[in-house]
Amino acid sequence: MRIGQLLGLAWRESRTARRRLLLYMSSISLGVAALVAIDSFASNTQQSVREQARALLGGDMALNSRQQFPAPVLAALDTLRREGVGVATVSTFASMAFVARSGTTRIAQIRAVSAGYPFYGEIVTAPARQWARLQSGRFALVDPSLLTALSARIGDTLALGFARFTIIGTLVSVPGDVAVTSAIGPRIYIPSAFLDETSLLMFGSRADHEALLKLTPALPPVRFIYRFKERLESAQVRYRTAAETEFNLTEAVDQLRDFLSVIGLIALLLGGIGVASGVHAFVMRKIDTVAILRCLGATSAQVLFIYLLQAAVMGLLGAAFGALLGVVIQLALPHVLADFLPVDVSVSLEPRAIVTGLVVGLWVAMVFALRPLVALRNVSPLQTLRRESDADALRGAKFDPIRVLLALLVVGSVAALGVARAEDAQQGLAFAAGIGAAVAMLYAAAAALSSGARRVVRPRWPFVLRQGVASLYRPGNQTRAVVLALGFGVFLMSTVYQVQHNLLRSVSIKLDASRANVVFFDVQDDQGAPLDTIVRAHGHTLVQRTPIVPMKIASINGLPSSRIIGDTTKGRPRRAGWALRREFRSTFRDAIVPSEKVTAGRFHTGGSAPPSLPQVSVDVSVANDLKLALGDTIVWDVQGVQVATRVTSFREVNWTRFEPNFFVVFERRALENAPKQYVLLARVNGQQAVAELQRDVVSRFPNVSSLDLTLIQQTVGRVLDKVTAAIRFMAGLSLALGIPVLFSAVSATRRERLREGVLLKVLGATRRQVGRIMLAEYLLLGALGSLVGVVLSVAGAWGLMHFVFKQAFQPAVLPALAVALLMMAVSVSIGLLTGRDVFQETPMAALREA
Amino acid sequence: MTKEYQSGDHRLAVLREVSFTIPDGAFVAIVGPSGSGKTTLLGLLAGLDVPSRGSVLLDGSDLTTLSEDQRARLRGAKVGFVFQSFQLIPTLTALENVQVPLELRGDDGAPARATELLARVGLGDRLHHFPNQLSGGEQQRVAIARAFSNAPRLLFADEPTGNLDSETGARIVELLEMLNRESGTTIVLVTHDLTLARRAQRIIRLADGAVVSDTASSATLDPRPEALPEARVVDAVSG
Repeated sequence: MRIGQLLGLAWRESRTARRRLLLYMSSISLGVAALVAIDSFASNTQQSVREQARALLGGDMALNSRQQFPAPVLAALDTLRREGVGVATVSTFASMAFVARSGTTRIAQIRAVSAGYPFYGEIVTAPARQWARLQSGRFALVDPSLLTALSARIGDTLALGFARFTIIGTLVSVPGDVAVTSAIGPRIYIPSAFLDETSLLMFGSRADHEALLKLTPALPPVRFIYRFKERLESAQVRYRTAAETEFNLTEAVDQLRDFLSVIGLIALLLGGIGVASGVHAFVMRKIDTVAILRCLGATSAQVLFIYLLQAAVMGLLGAAFGALLGVVIQLALPHVLADFLPVDVSVSLEPRAIVTGLVVGLWVAMVFALRPLVALRNVSPLQTLRRESDADALRGAKFDPIRVLLALLVVGSVAALGVARAEDAQQGLAFAAGIGAAVAMLYAAAAALSSGARRVVRPRWPFVLRQGVASLYRPGNQTRAVVLALGFGVFLMSTVYQVQHNLLRSVSIKLDASRANVVFFDVQDDQGAPLDTIVRAHGHTLVQRTPIVPMKIASINGLPSSRIIGDTTKGRPRRAGWALRREFRSTFRDAIVPSEKVTAGRFHTGGSAPPSLPQVSVDVSVANDLKLALGDTIVWDVQGVQVATRVTSFREVNWTRFEPNFFVVFERRALENAPKQYVLLARVNGQQAVAELQRDVVSRFPNVSSLDLTLIQQTVGRVLDKVTAAIRFMAGLSLALGIPVLFSAVSATRRERLREGVLLKVLGATRRQVGRIMLAEYLLLGALGSLVGVVLSVAGAWGLMHFVFKQAFQPAVLPALAVALLMMAVSVSIGLLTGRDVFQETPMAALREA
Repeated sequence: MTKEYQSGDHRLAVLREVSFTIPDGAFVAIVGPSGSGKTTLLGLLAGLDVPSRGSVLLDGSDLTTLSEDQRARLRGAKVGFVFQSFQLIPTLTALENVQVPLELRGDDGAPARATELLARVGLGDRLHHFPNQLSGGEQQRVAIARAFSNAPRLLFADEPTGNLDSETGARIVELLEMLNRESGTTIVLVTHDLTLARRAQRIIRLADGAVVSDTASSATLDPRPEALPEARVVDAVSG
């Protein structure tokens, strides 16, 4: 037979089955869609996250120093300028600001910026586009709260030292500058060209100096560091790259992408199951045709080729449809997540993602379709003369090397997919191993059900129950196939649900913690209570009042900090000088807050009493820089008073959140009576209300500055809402599409049951009896498959939360039970539908077909 | 040859040392009651299955030494089939069903030859109908056209009239006879219908897996069934 004729035959033979086969193979579509959408989305966001990271830093690299850059560094910057590298500087220091018209003064944070600052990201002002004007004269852009504090307005003249600046607008948003902890006071941006006129920065004045660099392609960050590392370090200049910022930023994006990746994998596997069981049912319908073809002289290779070709074409169509769906989702995602994506994501088709999706989809579809398809080889031409049951007609040799090979192919494909999609090979293999374990346990459960049914069934049971239970172990039973397909599907779907439930739980915790939208700084000890009263009098709620005590390190383990800094003995671990010199703004409380996680030791609970030392918890990165160990003693210099403490825990702090966070948290009794300031967080509704409160507070307490976080908060809230929506949407989609897949998986066994039902009817069984027999069998199958699947999913979800998302896991028990019940209902309804069909067919028609 | 099946712990012999030769161009009927091994014998003769012991020689080839696929190719080249339940492929039209054996052989003129064959069995106007759009007699005529499409040396017919009324059945048999005469195709007919069997030149009777008689049909000598002494016995058994 020539290939053209074979193709023609394959095409013609598929005539009535095309739609059905396409339906089976389209199970793969969702997986491909998820894959294409996720890969395209990921590569689109990766680009924008990189851009956002640069925007936060303002350049490709930033150099920081506590002093004016020394001559060698300045020389290096000059060299760089000549090489085409963009250099912009900003000097930050605190100074008094004075407005003559109102006659008020206020301490503020001055930022003198040079032209070109920042290279990336946009500083938004009100009125708009004033940033571009800043460098063109003696102009200043200020925080809105400064206007309130100074009773000033736009156009007023602002005195800074000996220089005068015109306020041309207020700052709406400055990229990267949301960290509340860094805010010393309201910000004032001035052009650096007029910095000298102010005479504020004399030699030795405290100021932070930063140079932003826009690197050229010829000088990537790595090469820059290699070239200037020593010069910078010897001048005590610190350097950061945008890539480091990127890392902190993308937590939410990463989680979303990880979740989508998991969904993509699960959708592919669900699709695989759908394909396998669909093709299995398809194969059973084709036994007669194959027998005829064999009789007419077709070889088994020709027969296999015909159906492989049909499956491949339909699989390709299913995958193509999935890819199309994926592109649609990809195009929609940036709209859904518009606020979430930091810059406008230029949505572009990702040919690589599409091709990958098509290839992987077709591959998975074929791998899962092959196993049932090769059974057609076993159909003997004898079936034309004497038709056996479907299961017997397809039965091959006990040990079939091809089937073993295909089983290995499935295992290998799942492992390869896991490795290719996971962050590292280990995670991918763990994923594949988890799936393997789930399958093994389902198989064991099914085998146990089968043999259990055989043992438990009793002759005195009512006929229908006996018959239904006996279906679980009789020859040619479908127990293993159904429990495996149903249980595995439930396992995957329920895992998705459990993971999304836990992810959303952590998002809602974040939203709760960020409810405060107004922050008051520099609240003195005696101002805390009255400010409280003002906030309440306005009808607002005070969310948090955090005490802050400034201090320095006096000694560690009895060694004074000055001695430690001077100690340059070779071979001894160096403790970082910056941490020994810096001023710590610490707080005291006896409980941990949600933005912290203890990494070692135990967080103090306030139980200690003299003579034991008060306990402190130290940020893990500071602890590393100081080479601290649990149990070390640190004596702090708290405004002249020595406070001895013992380090009892290390914490990891999430600095990206709005609440004030601290490097060092003291036990309450250590600092309760120390002179302190407060940071107050309040919840205030409405822009007008915020302005009124700010004015009231400032008029009573001029030293208090405040920050309105409403805008940032709304943005974050919207972002989290979108992430929530995206997670819900994907989880819902996979659940919704999983159900039909499972429906087809369980339906694959219907034909055999239908035949038996008709026989029973011929023998005089009533509709009720047939219905109950089906009910008994499918209820048991459904219950076992669903329950084992759900139990496995709790373990699977725990693993994903723990190892991939690195978050706490709490099983959602009720929804898990609901999923189990739903799937049982699906199984039972298939049983009942089969029972109903038994009575819609005339016995003769059904028997003749048999 | 002998054919045995493993049934639980013991072996069940369905055919016991059956041996006969059918010459080229003959029209042979195999008769016997239900369970006598007719269908098993047909399956072995056509190479759909292999005997447990002994051998089947088809046009000089020993089927027992051929692989499954070699036997399939032999069938495609030399054997035609007509079944009781027609066994048309439901997804193919009448024309396409007839084309299948030709295409399996890689024959270029498949559509033309299939059209001609269907015209010969009187279905020239129903080429593009699907099996479920045809009556039983028409389906069987399509099956016969298909059986003859590869100009087989040997045609096996398994109860070809079993699913048809007597009048339609008679016409199907006439068609087979005509094709046997015109193309010289050897026909092996399996049936339990003696009236039908008598139209063959030779009748092989099976009972309990063994040949009980192998005689020239008396049809040409005496068309009355009573003339055959064994007929009554077989009738009594099958009736």
